[in-house]
Amino acid sequence: MAERHKYSIIVPTYNERLNIALIVFLVFKHIPDVDIEIIIVDDGSPDGTQDIVKQLQQVYGDDRILLRARPRKLGLGTAYIHGLKHASGNFVVIMDADLSHHPKYLPHFIKKQMESGADIVTGTRYVRGGGVHGWTLMRKLTSRGANVLAHTLLWPGVSDLTGSFRLYKKSVLEDIISSCVSEGYVFQMEMIVRASRKGYHIEEVPITFVDRVYGSSKLGGSEIVEYLKGLVYLLFTM
Amino acid sequence: MKHIAKIMAFFMAVTAVWISLLQTAMISQSHTWLLPLYFIVSLGCYGLLMVGVGLMQFPTCPQEAVLLQQDVIEAKQFLKHNGVDVGTD
Repeated sequence: MAERHKYSIIVPTYNERLNIALIVFLVFKHIPDVDIEIIIVDDGSPDGTQDIVKQLQQVYGDDRILLRARPRKLGLGTAYIHGLKHASGNFVVIMDADLSHHPKYLPHFIKKQMESGADIVTGTRYVRGGGVHGWTLMRKLTSRGANVLAHTLLWPGVSDLTGSFRLYKKSVLEDIISSCVSEGYVFQMEMIVRASRKGYHIEEVPITFVDRVYGSSKLGGSEIVEYLKGLVYLLFTM
Repeated sequence: MKHIAKIMAFFMAVTAVWISLLQTAMISQSHTWLLPLYFIVSLGCYGLLMVGVGLMQFPTCPQEAVLLQQDVIEAKQFLKHNGVDVGTD
């Protein structure tokens, strides 16, 4: 392998004081010999997340744990853009901070990218080898319905449109993110559909997703409306 | 070409075929008028089938929750030992 690769892992956080420490430990546990930096974009968490990050910097080094905070909640898309500005790697990984994305899949992402030369490797929960835990039947139904609808309308070329556990070539992420305007999980859909339309090489790896936010209604009526609006937007603009 | 343009082109082609069927009366008129309805109903049934099948085959991973708990314990031990505050959350 002639080229030296560095992976910048961007993790937007808000009130993830415990989870961020767990994630950092697990990242270094599963890819100990890979050149990485973890860029934590914290939106002014009141629970002391940033203090924990500083403690992590003592353990792992402030060249590998970067705290790039913002004053308050400013949205996911801009969090990635903010993190990107400070990324020194040639690859960027985005993942959630609540431990639903397990760092043990990072070697799978890296290996898939190296084998296939893909521009983007996206984690999918919906294929054999992947899976979800902690979802009610209703949640699975809406997820499946949303997926079928999106596939019928958009022909996206990936099985998991709303997933946010992805590895990008840095130049590719920079290219796509500058043109995205949506927020939340529609933003994730927009990113991958844009990439697909632009002809980028996208590969998938199965991932498991343990939803630890039990009981919180993450999928209400307004979420469904937002999703449908996002679909229509993507349908007419891509 | 934008995706919506592809879809529109597809529908225009299908509509053109439908109109020509109406004009040439190869199939009886009464059937031809109902074709769009058949198409929509079939599409709906296909969609429902896909949702149902997908729901039945929805991959789950209960063992992952257990593994995650183990990882959390291991992580907390290491971090505590190295001065990171992982106190009760």
